[in-house]
Amino acid sequence: MSEVSEFSRLVEPVLQRHQWRPDRLLQILRDVQDVLDYLSDDTLVRLAEELRISYAQVRSTRDFYAFLYSENRGRYRVLFSDNITDRMLGNQALFEQMLANFGLAAGQVSADGLVSVDLTSCTGMCDQGPAILVNELAITRMTPQRVDEICVLVKNEVPLADWPAEFFVVEDNIRRADMLLGTPHEPGHAIRAAITRGRDGMLAEMRIANLRGRGGAGFTTAIKWEACRQAPGEQRYIVCNADEGEPGTFKDRVLLQSYAGRVFEGMVIAAYTVGARLGLLYLRAEYRYLRPQLEAFLAGMRAQNLLGKDIAGDKGFDFDIEIHLGAGAYICGEESALIESLEGKAGKPRVRPPFPVTCGYMNQPTVVNNVETLCKATEIAIHGGAWYEAIGTKQSTGTKIISVAGDCERPGLYEYAFGVRIAQILEDCGASEAMAVQVSGASGVCLSEREFGRRIAFEDVPTAGSFMIFDTQRDLFEVARNFAHFFRHESCGFCTPCRTGTALLSDLMDKIADGRGTQYEMNELLRVQAVMKASSHCGLGQTAGNAVADTVQKFRPAYERRLAQTDFMPAFDLDAALAKGRAITGRDDALAHLDQGA
Amino acid sequence: MSDYNTSGFDSANMFSIDGRRIPFKPGQTILQAALEAGVYIPHLCHHPDLKPHGSCKLCTVTVNGRNGSACTARALPGLEVENDTPALNDRRRVLLQMLFVEGDHFCPGCEKSGNCQLQALAYDLEMVAPHFRHFFPKRTVDASHPDIWLDLNRCIMCELCVRASRDIDGKNVFMLAGRGANSQVVVNSPTGLLKDSALTADDAAAQICPVGAILHKRVGYSVPIGQRQFDDATIGHQVEYLARRHIPIKPVAVDAPKMPEKEGV
Ligand code: SF4
Ligand code: SF4
Ligand code: FES
Repeated sequence: MSEVSEFSRLVEPVLQRHQWRPDRLLQILRDVQDVLDYLSDDTLVRLAEELRISYAQVRSTRDFYAFLYSENRGRYRVLFSDNITDRMLGNQALFEQMLANFGLAAGQVSADGLVSVDLTSCTGMCDQGPAILVNELAITRMTPQRVDEICVLVKNEVPLADWPAEFFVVEDNIRRADMLLGTPHEPGHAIRAAITRGRDGMLAEMRIANLRGRGGAGFTTAIKWEACRQAPGEQRYIVCNADEGEPGTFKDRVLLQSYAGRVFEGMVIAAYTVGARLGLLYLRAEYRYLRPQLEAFLAGMRAQNLLGKDIAGDKGFDFDIEIHLGAGAYICGEESALIESLEGKAGKPRVRPPFPVTCGYMNQPTVVNNVETLCKATEIAIHGGAWYEAIGTKQSTGTKIISVAGDCERPGLYEYAFGVRIAQILEDCGASEAMAVQVSGASGVCLSEREFGRRIAFEDVPTAGSFMIFDTQRDLFEVARNFAHFFRHESCGFCTPCRTGTALLSDLMDKIADGRGTQYEMNELLRVQAVMKASSHCGLGQTAGNAVADTVQKFRPAYERRLAQTDFMPAFDLDAALAKGRAITGRDDALAHLDQGA
Repeated sequence: MSDYNTSGFDSANMFSIDGRRIPFKPGQTILQAALEAGVYIPHLCHHPDLKPHGSCKLCTVTVNGRNGSACTARALPGLEVENDTPALNDRRRVLLQMLFVEGDHFCPGCEKSGNCQLQALAYDLEMVAPHFRHFFPKRTVDASHPDIWLDLNRCIMCELCVRASRDIDGKNVFMLAGRGANSQVVVNSPTGLLKDSALTADDAAAQICPVGAILHKRVGYSVPIGQRQFDDATIGHQVEYLARRHIPIKPVAVDAPKMPEKEGV
C-alpha cells in the first residue's frame, strides 16, 4: 500500500509536468528514472496504464537507450568515456584502478547497491580527457589521484552537488577563432536584422550565402528552409540537432556552452523564415550539465522579448523553444531518428521519403539543423548572403569549426575558412609527428600522410568537425577496432546489414587482435563492409565499416603483423573448449587434450 | 530512355527492370509493380497487405545506378532498375547468411520447413552454408498461449507481426525492443507472456510470420513434405502467390488440424 502511494507521490508530478502526453515518453522516462534510480518492468506497466499506451511501447523506448536502466545500476553510476582519444590518454588504466578500488568487475553493481563502473561511447570531451560521467554529469581530465578522490566521495556517499567544483569544469579550449568564435554577440541583433529583411528577404540572403548544413551531410540550408516553408501543414517546427555523438567532435558543446545566443537566435531566425511557432533543442545526454544554463538563457531571451509573443516587436511572430534530453544513442543524430526520439519512441531512422521538411515532428513540416548551421544563419542575417558567400570555397562557403584531438600539443577548437589544408591544421595545433588523421569521426575517412595536402571542404574532404590525430607511435589497427566496437554498440538494429554486419566486423577485428586472424579474415572484413555500405538503411550502417576499410588499405602492416601464417584458424581455442569436459570426467591426461599444433 | 517514347506503352507509367518494361500505377513501389508484372524481387519484410517497411534489405536493387530498397522506393517513369544480377544476388546471399547466423534456424526439425520464406530464399539463392560464425544468441521460447507459440530463436526482426497486430488487428500485441544485435520482439502484456496478451489464433499477427517464430499449436507437420508451399516450385517461381497472398483470417480449427490452403504455384 505504502509502496503504491510512494510511487504516485514521486511519479505523479512528473506525469503532470508532461501533461500525460505519450509523445513525451522519453522525457517522462528520464524524469522518472531521476526519482526512482531505474525503470523496472513494474514501473513500465504502471506508466503504460497512466499514459494509456501499451507496455511494449514503453519497453521499446526504455530498452533502446543506453542511459535508461531496467535494473538498479547503483546510486552512483560511473561511465568512462571510451573513445580512442580517451584510450590514448590512458583511460583504461584509470578504469581498472577504479574497478579495483571498489572491488568490482566492469558493469557490476556493488552488493550494497552503491555504485557501478562501466564504459560508454565518446562523451565529447576529447580535448580534456580522459573523461567520465557520474550520473550523467561530465568530469574531465581524470588522473589516478582524481580516481582515488572520487572513490572516497562515493564511499562516503557525498551528494554530487557537494563534490569539488573543479571536477566539473569543462574548458572551451578555443585555439583559433574566426568570424563565428571571434565576433562578440549582441543579443537580438541578428533577429532584428532578419525581421528587417523580411521573410522573403531572409530566405533570399540564405540562398545567396549558399550555406551548407554543418552536420556532415552538407545539404543546402536555404533549400531545406524553403521546402519546409512551402510544405502544407498545420504547424511547422524548428529542431536544433545538438546530439553531437560522432566520436572526436565537441564543437557543438562549446557553441552551446559559450555561444548559446547565436544558436537560439539562429532558431528564431529559421522560425521566422519558415513560419514555425515551436522549436526543439535535442540535447545529447552527455551534455546534460549544460541544461540548467541553457534554460536560464532561454528565460533571459523571453524576458528580452527575443522569444515568446510578438518577438522583437514583430506583431504575430510568436515562437518558443523547448529542450529535450537524449538518453545515450548515437543514431539519434540522424535527423529522422532524432524526430522519432523527440516523439518519445526508440530512435530508429524512418523510411524516406517523405523527408522531415514535409513530414517531420508530429508528421508536420520540420527543419532539422545542426547547432553550428544555426549559428551561421545569424551571421547571414547580420551581414547578408553576398558577404558570406565570399568566404571559403565555391561549394563550401563560410568558415568551419574543427574539433582537434589526439596526438598534438594544443587540442581544442580551430575555426578556419573552408579550404584549409590538413597540413595547416596539423601545424597550427602542434602535431609534428602525425601519421594519420581521422576526419569526421568514426564514420569519416582515415587520411594517411600522403593526403595531408588535401583540403577541408565538401568538394574534397567533407567533415562534421571531428579531427583525431595519430602519431607514428600509434597502432591504426587498434583505432579501427575501437570504432568497430563503437558501431556494434550504436547500430539501431533496424536493418539486417548493419545490425549483423557491425557485430561481424567487430568479431573479426577481435579475432585478428587475438592473433587468430589470417588473410581470410582480411578478405572477410572488406566483403562484409561492402555489403553494409551498399545495403544499409541509413548513414550509420553505410559508413560503419569505412574506418576498417581505410586502414586495411592504407595501414596494412598494422594488420599483417597480427596475422597467423596459416590459411585459416577457428575463432576459439579448440582445446580450451574441452576444459569443461575434462573437469566433468576428471581426466587431464595427454590424450584428453587436442594437439594444438596439428 | 528514348525507346520508351517510341514504344507502344504509356511511357508515363513505365519503368524497366533488367531491361524488361514494367507498367505501374502511380503510388506503387518498385516491388509492388514488379510482383504484379510477374517479376520476382527477393524480399522478406514486405507483405502486400502492409505498409512498406524496408528493414530486411533483401530487395535491395540498383535504381539508376544507386542502391535502394525496392519495397520502399516509388516506381517512377523511366527508372532503370537492376535486380537479377550476379552482384546483387551475391549481396543477398550474404544478407541471408547474416540472418541465419544471427538467429537459430534448425530447418530439418522446424515445423515451418517447406513453408518458410527464409529457407525458401536460401534455396533459391543457392546459399549452401551459413558461412559466418554463429552468434548463438540466448533468446526465449514462450509456450504460454493455448493456441500459439513464440520461438524468438527463429525471429528475423522483420516486424511483420508488429505491423499486422497494429495495423490489421488493432491490438499492438508485438513490438520490437532493444537495439542493435540485442533487438528482440516483446509481447505487450503485463507479464510479458503471450497468454496474457490480446492475441488470438485468428489474428493476422498470428498468421503472418514468414519464418517459424510464431506458430500455431497442434498443427505442426500436418502437411506432409512434398505438399508444402515451396516444395515443388522455388519461391522465385511463385510470384503470383507473393503478389496476391492474403493473410488467412479463418480461425485454425484445433480439433481438426488443417493448414491454410496452399495458394498459387
Ligand atoms: S543502418 Fe544501422 S542504424 Fe541505420 S537503420 Fe540500419 S540498423 Fe539502424
Ligand atoms: S516473430 Fe516473425 S513476424 Fe515477428 S518479427 Fe520475428 S520473424 Fe518477423
Ligand atoms: S522487403 Fe524490402 S527491405 Fe525487406
